[in-house]
This record gives sequence, structure tokens and C-alpha cells, in this order.
Amino acid sequence: MDTQPQTSAAGTPAVEVGAAERGSRSRMDLGGRSRPGERTILAVLALCGALSIFTTVGIIVVLIGEASAFFRHVPLRDFLTGTEWTPQAGLERGSFGVLPLLNGTLLVTAIALLVAVPLGLGAAMYLSEYAPERVRKLLKPSLEVLAGVPTIVLGVFALNIVTPALRGVLGAAGIEVDFFNALSAGLVMGVMIIPTVASLSEDAMSAVPRGLRESGYGLGATKRQVAVRVVLPAALSGVVAAIILGLGRAIGETMIVAVAAGNLPTITFDPTNQVQTMTAYIVQTVGGEAPRGTVKYQSIFAIGSLLFAITFLLNVAAQRFVRRFREVY
Amino acid sequence: MDRARTAAAPAEAPAAHRTGVAVEHAEQRPPSDGEAVFAVRDLTVSYGSNPAIVDVTMEIRRGEITALIGPSGCGKSTFIRCFNRMNDLIPTARVRGEITYHGVDLYGKGVDPVEVRRRVGMVFQKPNPFPKSIADNITFGPKVTGMKFDPDEIVERSLKRAALWDEVRNKLDDSAYSLSGGQQQRLCIARAIAVDPDVILMDEPCSALDPIATGRIEDLMRELQERYTIIIVTHNMQQAARVSDRTAFFTAEVESEENDHRFGRLVEYDLTENIFKNPQDSRTEDYVTGRFG
Ligand SMILES: Nc1ncnc2c1ncn2[C@@H]1O[C@H](COP(=O)(O)OP(=O)(O)OP(=O)(O)O)[C@@H](O)[C@H]1O
Ligand SMILES: [Mg+2]
Repeated sequence: MDTQPQTSAAGTPAVEVGAAERGSRSRMDLGGRSRPGERTILAVLALCGALSIFTTVGIIVVLIGEASAFFRHVPLRDFLTGTEWTPQAGLERGSFGVLPLLNGTLLVTAIALLVAVPLGLGAAMYLSEYAPERVRKLLKPSLEVLAGVPTIVLGVFALNIVTPALRGVLGAAGIEVDFFNALSAGLVMGVMIIPTVASLSEDAMSAVPRGLRESGYGLGATKRQVAVRVVLPAALSGVVAAIILGLGRAIGETMIVAVAAGNLPTITFDPTNQVQTMTAYIVQTVGGEAPRGTVKYQSIFAIGSLLFAITFLLNVAAQRFVRRFREVY
Repeated sequence: MDRARTAAAPAEAPAAHRTGVAVEHAEQRPPSDGEAVFAVRDLTVSYGSNPAIVDVTMEIRRGEITALIGPSGCGKSTFIRCFNRMNDLIPTARVRGEITYHGVDLYGKGVDPVEVRRRVGMVFQKPNPFPKSIADNITFGPKVTGMKFDPDEIVERSLKRAALWDEVRNKLDDSAYSLSGGQQQRLCIARAIAVDPDVILMDEPCSALDPIATGRIEDLMRELQERYTIIIVTHNMQQAARVSDRTAFFTAEVESEENDHRFGRLVEYDLTENIFKNPQDSRTEDYVTGRFG
């Protein structure tokens, strides 16, 4: 706010001096002028940057602190390889194998990707290669609006509309679907990450130079061949990055699975079963009774750390892919 | 970059034609009496409501190299892209008039631009290989056009014809981006040859290359002439003089005094020898001798 007057206050005299004393003042006088506005803005911006870094570091410190308290009671190996998750039984009789929760997360995520990858890529390809400019200008923002729907709304939608529909349709075909099930949550989660996949893939495809497309056409390729054999491979690393980011969002997604996928840690590959994801477990535990200092309380942080590690690695991977796709041309 | 070339090239041109380098080459080959591959009649191309090139009438003969020259913005690229209907890809571009290809109206009803491009290949100003291996770049065309082919054979034959085989024979699976600019451009030529076209269009194929790479491509064009009809856009007078049989000179004329819009016109089209030695139009003379403003 007050930086602007300062800048001009510092700037104006300098100009006047230059005009009045041109000739008398040495041309080589390149000495520093005081510019307080510059320094203020630098300080403000640096503070903003530092604050966000400190917050992140603080969160990680708390996460790791509580998690390491957990791992004093439960060996890391048992945590990562155990196939039973019964923390409510207490430290003595309960078991703390994270695999059922991981299984729940991966099952729902896999279903989500099965929905989001084909639909997202299809939408991206349509927008970048086929849609007329006007349609594209209209559709792309509306697709991104989908990313703004609160996930709790999507969760309720899954539970109240998709699940009954699945139970009706699959039930008629003789397939029993649990009231809470991975399928319904996965489908809706897939819809949730379509904008991420589509929008970023579309960016990657639009960034493919026109010259490459023209080369394709020039060799007698049809529009479809250009889209599939020229644009898609050229944009591949960007597309993969988009999928990985979508995957990261799916793994970290909480409300949809908490509402629609259930709270039963099981190892299963049947999407009609009830499962519990890592995130859903955290919600359940935070919402329930888990006094500070108990193993159950600490287990939240162990799982939080694992989630953090997974999404962190996915983001790193995505960034590497993005960088590669920038290098190509 | 382009501008520098435009400025530099005509300055060198007079020397070239006075020493007779250019002309000798042209004299070695009698102008083909071959049939017209393309016949252009009253062709006008506009972008939106702005004409870019107006009322062009000329014929392109089989087995010849035809050079299109003229100042920047006179519509050479626009014109050459009509021969393989590349302008169809630009939504605002509109083509009026007629181009026949072996007697068939290129813009007639029922003509599939994809089929046209299979017969009329194109090499662009910027070398733009696909981000694939060298071999895959070559087989792209045959694959998409559904040709029956032996990959090894077609890769070798195309690269040999493009004078690139010896340099890349041991690294056919390497990325095309591992090649130098000049090699990439020859790869693009090889890629165009692989579908065995009838005509090859080249829009300033050497403008991104150094003189040695340029020389190699010029040599190559003369070899290719045995099999293909070639149309080349160039800003390099010497290049036009060295490689082409016929040259078409275009100018950009101001449409009206009020607005600054310019459009291109064909000024003179003749044997290259005549264009450089004995131009009929003073504008041609000014341009080829470097007196052009
Ligand atoms: N896609 C396009 N949309 C609108 N106008 C265009 C488009 N492409 C070219 N033009 C216009 O058409 C005219 C001719 O352009 P063109 O590229 O054909 O010239 P050129 O002779 O190839 O020039 P250069 O020698 O610089 O390559 C120019 O005025 C240009 O601005
Ligand atoms: Mg051009």
C-alpha cells in the first residue's frame, strides 16, 4: 500500500537531479539510490514465503514426533507388513498391521483411476484436438468447476444415489453389494479427479508444437492418427504427470470414502465389499474417542506419515515427468 | 533471423548470377516438357476477410524444381500450403480459384485432403521430427497410410535417398532429437520420401541450417528431382538460382492507402535462368539484384 508513494518519492528527485544537472553530474555516477519501497516489499514477500515453509516444517515435525512415539510401541516392520488392523483392542491384544487400510485405499483409488484416466484423457483429447475454439473456451472452465465441488457433497451423492443404483442394478444381476462399498466411493472419486487429469493433460497436449501436428498431417495422417500417434506420445510425460497428480488426490481424498466406503479394515479385492481407507480411519478415530497419548491416538500420525510419504513421492514423480516433457521440444 | 536473410541474400545474388554459377546449372537441364502436375488458375487465399495472395495463375511441371521467391509476407507459405491442402487446418483460411492436380480439381467435392497429402508431401522450415526414434520417424508415414512395407527396407531406402543413411545407420533406435539440425531436416525429408509421394513441398527447408548442411540439402534436392516434383520456398536467391528450374517471383502490394494491409501477387514466372539473367519485370530485377527496398 504505502510502498508506491515511497517509490516515487525516491524516484522523482533522482530524475530531477538527472535533468537539472545533466552534464555537470558525472555520467559514471552509478552509485546506489535508497529505495525503501523495494526493501519493504522484499521483507513482506520473504515473510510470506518463510511463514508457509515454517508451517509445513511444523506440521512435519509434529507428524514425525507422534509417529515415532507410535513406533516405540509397534515395530515399523509389523506396521508395514501386518494384515490385521484392530487398534480398538488396545496395545496388548490389538494388532497394528496397516495393510488392510492400504488395501482399502488402493482398491478405491484403482477404481477411481479406471474411471478418471479414460474419461479424463478422452476429455483432454477432445478439448485440445477436436473442440472448436469457442466450445473449448466454454468447456474447459466448466470442467474445472467440477474440481470445486466440495467432496463431502460428492460423498453424500455416492452414498445416497450411486450406492442404491449399484445395489439395484448389480443386485438384479445377482451380485450382492454392501451398503458401504469401495465401488461406489471409487466411481465418484473417479469423477472427482477427472478435472485434474483432463485439465493438466489438456495443457500438455496443447503445448505440443503445431509443427509436429502439421508434420503428421503432411504425411497423410488423419485427425485421429495425429491425435493418437503424434500428440499423445509427444505429450506423454505431461499426461503421466497429470495422472500421478490425480492419483495423489485420490489417495489423500477423505470425505467420499469416509461417507461411502465404510469403516471395516479388510483385505479384499472385491469392490462390492465394505473397506476402510487410511484417510477414513483417521476421520473415524479423530471423531471418536482417542485420548491423547494412547496408541490409537498415535496411530493416526503413523498413518498420516505414511500418507504423506506416498503423496510426497507421487508429487516428486509427477514433477520429474513434467520437467521431462518441458525438455522435449 | 528471416529478415537478416532477406537482407543478406539478395546482396549476394548478383555476384552469383554474373559469375554464371547459377545459370550453368540451369542450362545443363533442358526445361522439362513434362505435363503439368499442378495447374493453378486465379487462386486467391484469404485469412478471414484479408486476402494474403491474389489471382495466381501458373503451372508446376513434372520432374522440375520450382522455386517460389519474394519478400517476407508476400504469401509464399500460404501459397505452397495450398498444394497439399494444409491451409484446411487453419479455420480462417479460405481458398478461391482453382488448382488441378493431374487434371483433378484439388479443392473439388469428394477430394479427401488426407489422400492429397499422401501424394504431396511436405518439409517445413523448422526441422520437426517426432519425439520418437529415427526409425519410427521414417515408418510413421507408411504406418498411418496403411502401406504394406518391410520396416528395415523402407528405413534404409528412405535414409539413403535422403543422404542420411551413413550417418545414422548404427543408431536407428536413438531419438531423432539426438541428431543435429541439418540431420534432423534430412530426416524430415527421408520421412516425407518414405510414403513415396509424387510431389515434395519444401517451405524454406534450409533457413535453420548452416551453409554446409544447406549445401547437402541442395545436392539432395537435385538427386530427388529424378523421382519427384519439387516446389521450394526460399529466401536465398543463390539457392533458388542453384537448384531450381523455374522460379516464380511474388511481391507484396499495398491493398489501399488507408489501411496497411498487403497481399501477395505473382509478378513473374519463368525459367530460373531468365528470372535471374533477364527478368522482364523491373520489380523482379530489383529484387534479384538486391535493390529491393
Ligand atoms: N494463420 C494465419 N492467420 C491469419 N493471417 C495469416 C496466417 N498465416 C499468414 N497470414 C498472413 O498472410 C500473409 C502471408 O503470409 P505467409 O506466411 O504466407 O508469407 P510468406 O511469404 O511465407 O512470408 P515469409 O517469407 O516471412 O515466410 C501475411 O500477411 C500473414 O500475416
Ligand atoms: Mg513463409
